Amino acid sequence: MLLRHTPKEITERKSLTINPVKTCQPIGAMYAALGIHGCMPHSHGSQGCCAYHRSTLTRHYREPIMAATSSFTEGASVFGGQANLVQAIDNIFTTYDPDLIAVHTTCLSETIGDDVNQIVDKAHKDGKVPAGKYVIHCSTPSYVGSHVTGFSNMVKAMAVQFAQKTGKTNGKFNIVPGYVEPSDMTEIKDMVKTLGIDPILFPDTSGILNGPLTGKYAMYPKGGVSVKELKSTGDSLGSIGLGTLASADAVRALDTQFKVPCQVLDLPIGLLATDRFINTLRTAAGVCVPDAITQDRGRLLDVISDMQSYLYGKKVALAGDPDQLIPLTEFLVTIGMKPVHIVTGTPGKAFTARIKEITARFGDDINVKGPGDMFTLHQWIKNEPVDLLIANTYGKYIARDEDIPYVRFGFPILDRVGHAYFPTVGYRGGIRLLEKILGVLMDRQDRDALEESFELVM
Amino acid sequence: MTLISVLEARQKQIFTKGGNASFDMSCETKSLAGAVSQRACVFCGSRVVIYPIADALHLIHGPIGCASFTWDIRGALSSGPELHRMSFSTDLSETDIIYGGEKKLEKALLELIEKYSPKAAFVYCTCIVGIIGDDVGAVCKAVEETAKIPVIPVHSEGFKGTKKDGYKAACDALFNLIQRNPNQKTIPESINILGEFNIGGETWIIKKYYEAMGVKVVSVITGDGRVNEVMQAGRACLNVVQCSGSVTHLAKDMEREYGIPYIRVSYFGIEDTSDALYKVASHFKDNPEIMEKTMALVKEEVSRIIPGLEARKKDLAGKKAALYVGGAFKAFSLIKALKTIGMRVILAGSQTGTREDYEILRQMCDEGTVILDDANPLELAKYAVEKDADLFIGGVKERPIAYKMGIGFCDHNHERKIPLVGFEGMENFAEEVHSTVTSPVWDLVPRRARGKKEC
Repeated sequence: MLLRHTPKEITERKSLTINPVKTCQPIGAMYAALGIHGCMPHSHGSQGCCAYHRSTLTRHYREPIMAATSSFTEGASVFGGQANLVQAIDNIFTTYDPDLIAVHTTCLSETIGDDVNQIVDKAHKDGKVPAGKYVIHCSTPSYVGSHVTGFSNMVKAMAVQFAQKTGKTNGKFNIVPGYVEPSDMTEIKDMVKTLGIDPILFPDTSGILNGPLTGKYAMYPKGGVSVKELKSTGDSLGSIGLGTLASADAVRALDTQFKVPCQVLDLPIGLLATDRFINTLRTAAGVCVPDAITQDRGRLLDVISDMQSYLYGKKVALAGDPDQLIPLTEFLVTIGMKPVHIVTGTPGKAFTARIKEITARFGDDINVKGPGDMFTLHQWIKNEPVDLLIANTYGKYIARDEDIPYVRFGFPILDRVGHAYFPTVGYRGGIRLLEKILGVLMDRQDRDALEESFELVM
Repeated sequence: MTLISVLEARQKQIFTKGGNASFDMSCETKSLAGAVSQRACVFCGSRVVIYPIADALHLIHGPIGCASFTWDIRGALSSGPELHRMSFSTDLSETDIIYGGEKKLEKALLELIEKYSPKAAFVYCTCIVGIIGDDVGAVCKAVEETAKIPVIPVHSEGFKGTKKDGYKAACDALFNLIQRNPNQKTIPESINILGEFNIGGETWIIKKYYEAMGVKVVSVITGDGRVNEVMQAGRACLNVVQCSGSVTHLAKDMEREYGIPYIRVSYFGIEDTSDALYKVASHFKDNPEIMEKTMALVKEEVSRIIPGLEARKKDLAGKKAALYVGGAFKAFSLIKALKTIGMRVILAGSQTGTREDYEILRQMCDEGTVILDDANPLELAKYAVEKDADLFIGGVKERPIAYKMGIGFCDHNHERKIPLVGFEGMENFAEEVHSTVTSPVWDLVPRRARGKKEC
């Protein structure tokens, strides 16, 4: 009983987070920056932040993660980090030769009041940024929002700091895929292309964080959105942002500053959310939905109906990020399951309202909290047990203690593989989600079945 | 692999034995801004040292990240309570940064102490706490008066230096705890095991040896640690310090305060383990029985494991290893342990080695071995491929780099899952190295597959 210390009785907590379902902004910014080709993410703060983010991303993807740090010392914390950042920019271009550096801040550099915009200007004036190379930057104070906020801030920075409007359309659509896995980004690109639409997908970590073994170590693997593409985002026909928290800021900024009309949708997780995504693309681009996509949809629906009796009425507890949890909860409700406890660590009022709306058919029976933590989720589960837990790796403590079938989903996943290779978005991703959910539910049924009711055919 | 230029300012942190350059290794310096350093921060250093104390409360005062990233990532096993595996954070938000986090900290501490009744509480300061100026010491003192347990601040603000300074902050906090014990009466024929964190159950192996020798272990700092045990540490006759950097400072404090001498040892490999046990036995020379038992133990253990090691050696002889570790002391042991199984070290580096450490490394290594301080991934990759390593020993960030190049890997850091200390640890180490070096998967790697065809 690893969480033997968790009491069933729930008391109000205001000053304390126990077993968080979120982490801080900079890691989200680092992840987003890795989705640009030839980019060196740079953490403007103490060494530890960068080391922790790299370690966590390394554990999640099992890939080398490159990022540099301003290596703050006591002196920098008193006199400001300008000297460190200017020197860092110089050193990075000299030694690691990236196409661009993407700087994000930390709680430390934010609080001492470093003006990164001004510092980057200075680096340019001092000739530290070679011709044809770039530095983009965003503000990511760790004490505001969560890793999702940091992702959003960096995505917005890469859009508005590169975008140009030449007056001539590029005939493409900007797609911001949200804080999803490289496999999801590939799947989203595939769906868009299958519809006959030419996307600029940013960020795009596919190929970078699920790269092949080549026998060589490449600092900047193949893959990622190029600077050229990012520049072109101001000339696109439109933008679609998937997931409000992670993607809305970027596409809205392109709308206001470059008059690229934008729409913000839920992440295409599950049948209905994917329907909305396809439909939006169809109307925005004026294309017909090809048979391939209709077939995929039909297959997902087929699996749902084949297996509905195993899903119906099953209670689910969920922990994760709002952009994922909203469509995921909708999907579970759609397929007959009953999400009863839903928690996110990321603050934001819209989340609870959306979840209540999606789960309205169950009345007031649903526990939903944002921001909350795993500790609260565990207490809820103790009070009302569930048949399934869907959470990131940290869900494993609860799953073990309460003996609940458990599907790993979200960030981070430190103890299994697959998330970098198999998508959970789109119709095909829906089938994978179902496969995982059914797998654990049916394994449990097999495990618990009496000998006489142990069934071969299920 | 394209050749890389090495940052000019880093030239002095890299040395190739047998090259023309004179040995003038620069180390113990701050990392250069802009380097992709494998190093961490002060907080990280403190956190890893104190966290294995399983019945204490570990509260991280700062924004959420520092707590999230250190939640149960280091497998420091406990035979009893598991409170150390929970993640507690004051989760500071924007208003706390403006108005200060002291009140929140106090409330959080009181709530947690009421909920869990820990034996002591440690409050870790993060970067931001140092900047906004919360008086964590005062809050701890106030809470201590109400709660009647030791509430100890750990001054581990991330920017205040390197990971090493974090070790020192941890030592200060631990010494603070030790000094609270009114009973400092010496326990005869006893030791403290310092700098041992029970990764994969290593503490239990070492303790078993000392018990067999007839030496009493007063406390382990901090593997499978308990507050009450740590508080007895001042009563031991000898401090046996493992892990070069992390707790030497505490040993020095205890020497000054209680006159407890200390010795530095390592439990990696046959040579160093035997040496450690003999050193301890000879400290208690008034009781010759201890030495007799030690000799018997070493003899028995060594003769038990040698046949297995010899078998491994047949496959591993002449294979080349690259190692990049936290403290240099570990590198010394690893080089010896690798020699035991017939392997050569072609690259040795550390995050926090000192000048003397690197001098010892230089003497231990063969001609042509590259010695690195505070290396970056490009340097590690460059030398590992140039020197054609068969094995890479490192931590979490090095693992995927090694694999990408098709090199076997052994985690000698906190992600190791099996105990590597002592005699059985040497067996495990040999087995792990053997299994990764001789794995058929590397033959599938393009670089190696091509090499094979060319021969």
